[in-house]
Amino acid sequence: MTAVSYLIRSASLLGQETTDILVRDGVIAALGENLTTDVVGDATVIDASALVALPGMVDLHTHLREPGREDAETVETGTRAAALGGFTAVHAMANSSPVADTAGVVEQVHTLGRESGWVDVRPVGAVTVGLAGTQLAELGAMADSRARVRVFSDDGICVSDPVLMRRALEYVKAFDGVIAQHAQEPRLTEGAQMNEGVVSADLGLTGWPAVAEESIIARDVLLAQHVGSRLHVCHVSTAGSVEIIRWAKERGISVTAEVTPHHLLLTEELVRSYNPVYKVNPPLRADADVHALRAALADGTIDIVGTDHAPHPSEAKECEWAAAAMGMTGLETALSVVQETMIETGLMTWADFARVTSTTPAQIGQVADQGRPLEVGEPANIVLVDPAARWNVDPYAMATKGRNSPFAGLVLPGKVVATFFHGHPTVLDGKLNTPYRAVTQQ
Amino acid sequence: MRHLLDTESLSLENAIQILDTAQEMSAVGEREIKKLPALRGRTVVNLFFEDSTRTRISFEAAAKRLSADVINFSAKGSSVSKGESLKDTAQTLEAMSADAVVIRHWASGAPAQLANSGWIDAAVINAGDGTHAHPTQALLDAFTMRAHWSKIQGTASVGADLAGMRVLIVGDVLHSRVARSNVWLLRTLGAHVTLVAPPTLLPVGVEHWPCEVSYDLDAALETGVDAVMMLRVQAERMNASFFPSTREYARRWGFDDARLAKLDALNLKDTIIMHPGPMNRGLEISSAAADSPRSTVLAQVRNGVSVRMAALYLLLSGEMRETPAQLAVPSTLPSVKDPS
Repeated sequence: MTAVSYLIRSASLLGQETTDILVRDGVIAALGENLTTDVVGDATVIDASALVALPGMVDLHTHLREPGREDAETVETGTRAAALGGFTAVHAMANSSPVADTAGVVEQVHTLGRESGWVDVRPVGAVTVGLAGTQLAELGAMADSRARVRVFSDDGICVSDPVLMRRALEYVKAFDGVIAQHAQEPRLTEGAQMNEGVVSADLGLTGWPAVAEESIIARDVLLAQHVGSRLHVCHVSTAGSVEIIRWAKERGISVTAEVTPHHLLLTEELVRSYNPVYKVNPPLRADADVHALRAALADGTIDIVGTDHAPHPSEAKECEWAAAAMGMTGLETALSVVQETMIETGLMTWADFARVTSTTPAQIGQVADQGRPLEVGEPANIVLVDPAARWNVDPYAMATKGRNSPFAGLVLPGKVVATFFHGHPTVLDGKLNTPYRAVTQQ
Repeated sequence: MRHLLDTESLSLENAIQILDTAQEMSAVGEREIKKLPALRGRTVVNLFFEDSTRTRISFEAAAKRLSADVINFSAKGSSVSKGESLKDTAQTLEAMSADAVVIRHWASGAPAQLANSGWIDAAVINAGDGTHAHPTQALLDAFTMRAHWSKIQGTASVGADLAGMRVLIVGDVLHSRVARSNVWLLRTLGAHVTLVAPPTLLPVGVEHWPCEVSYDLDAALETGVDAVMMLRVQAERMNASFFPSTREYARRWGFDDARLAKLDALNLKDTIIMHPGPMNRGLEISSAAADSPRSTVLAQVRNGVSVRMAALYLLLSGEMRETPAQLAVPSTLPSVKDPS
């Protein structure tokens, strides 16, 4: 075990009181103002007097593309991006090639994550074999595997068959799993290219109507209520979806919901450029939706932020809009976009930020040692943020292989200065440091 | 103005300039030698990702009458299935020193991407993209309407707009780039437009367009109309539940013999019937209507060459004036300071 310890001097804990944080042996060894030398010993000192200390961020929704699409991203490059973005755990969606629908594939992804050592990688298992929507994958085998899968999703594709969705919701109760639904009624979205509304009418692009998302969410919360199961709704994008989820929560239905950073900031007006960097699923919506999503995240109707980080090779975006791939990168911009949309606006505090980016996503995904409070004895998964910094988003300066950031060229607030993963600084001075070698240390 | 991509962003001044230039060009078509030396040594590429013999030969005739060299580049099918990207195709044309690229594409927005990507320096003319825009079709329609409108008003057409003209656009508006381009151009020229269609074939959001909407063709005719533009019904719409049957469509939204007679009964003696072609006779338009003296179908084809000559000439000679349309610039980002 590493003997190196770190003293984080004068950090603002969750943006509140100022404290020193002593990190030793992978845990928070001491907290308090002006920790004395006999406590600190020969710890390396990090001046955090202008920085906010937050629990390491946990992403319930990324696409790391490995195995199968290593040209777009690998677990190594994706988790480097995650560490730089302030994350200490990410979930990797199942739409790899082969699909993560067996214990073998989820264990492969899990192992790749451990070998990389930048963050915890939690594979998401497919709900149905090959994401084909016809037959349940071996959910129990994935749950029992070394990857200990607890989140199951056909993300990218909706589990649209109501019977299959019901069975999946019921079945995962056996190991306290959760189904994360990509809510998209397939018949209502055939050939869909963008939000259906004023802009799609002008641009002559096939519409993706809000009702295609809302009707599936309405059905699924009723199914979850009927069978007494837990439902997670991925990337909520419309004001109507928010209303349905609010209604379900008022009735005590066990549903959690997620919003992406891009749906908190960007609108469909950007599609007028026909630049496929703005093509994403679900699509960018209207201004009223953006504000409803912000309000819902602030009042707890929406529980968490998930990036839906979806890197693509440039040729998948340098083509006609209709031929382009859907998806945007997000790991290295999530913190800044949430600060811009939720904290700078006064809708949330840094403590709220910790809840929606760390505590709650770790609970939904049941990730041990993540999303824990910053207290003595807790795992030292910590991110230090300079909230006063401003930076110009340059996709070519990012660690992800994907250059498809919709925030390119924007000036955003908030910089990750350091990320501690199990007490080890994966990021220092805003730059990648070294990975945490859990495997070799055991 | 370097490119002609849509009509929404076309200013009134530029629209009138194109129509007036087209009027000069139409005189060339009446000469024995139908040729001007204006674009000698310039290269125009017709880049067609979708079959359209009518539009291609119209652009080809226009370019040749201006003495340009014409290259026809057929890239049928999607660039993805063909294995070559739009970017590579564009850069190939750039390497061949194309001065203008006339692009027809199945994907909405492809001409705008070509013009704005930096892949190519040539002037880009949109010859129809997906279900988005077809600006030269709208311009030739406007040219046809203006000739008619000034004739019955006894005024000169040069410099004129279409103020006061009442236009019906009837049929599959949802999938029609012709309708979209006409709505915006006719708005700019001051005409009053009413779209008539089954509710299934109108886009969500149409209520924000600068026009009226009606589901009832007879009622729309009875309010008085100066031009009726019938849109083609594509075969692939017929089995996708947009309407119950072609017979019901023809009865409710087709310009049939009864409606032709109705124009006479309403004493609308100067009302013209337009169609961008190709026509489905017996479906959206009856043969009697298509062949009647009111029909401008062939005049539209003829005017298409003049309008395309004007567009090519103005863009390549640099004489197109810089007069951006008055657009409400969309805010790309919601205001973050706005507490929701």
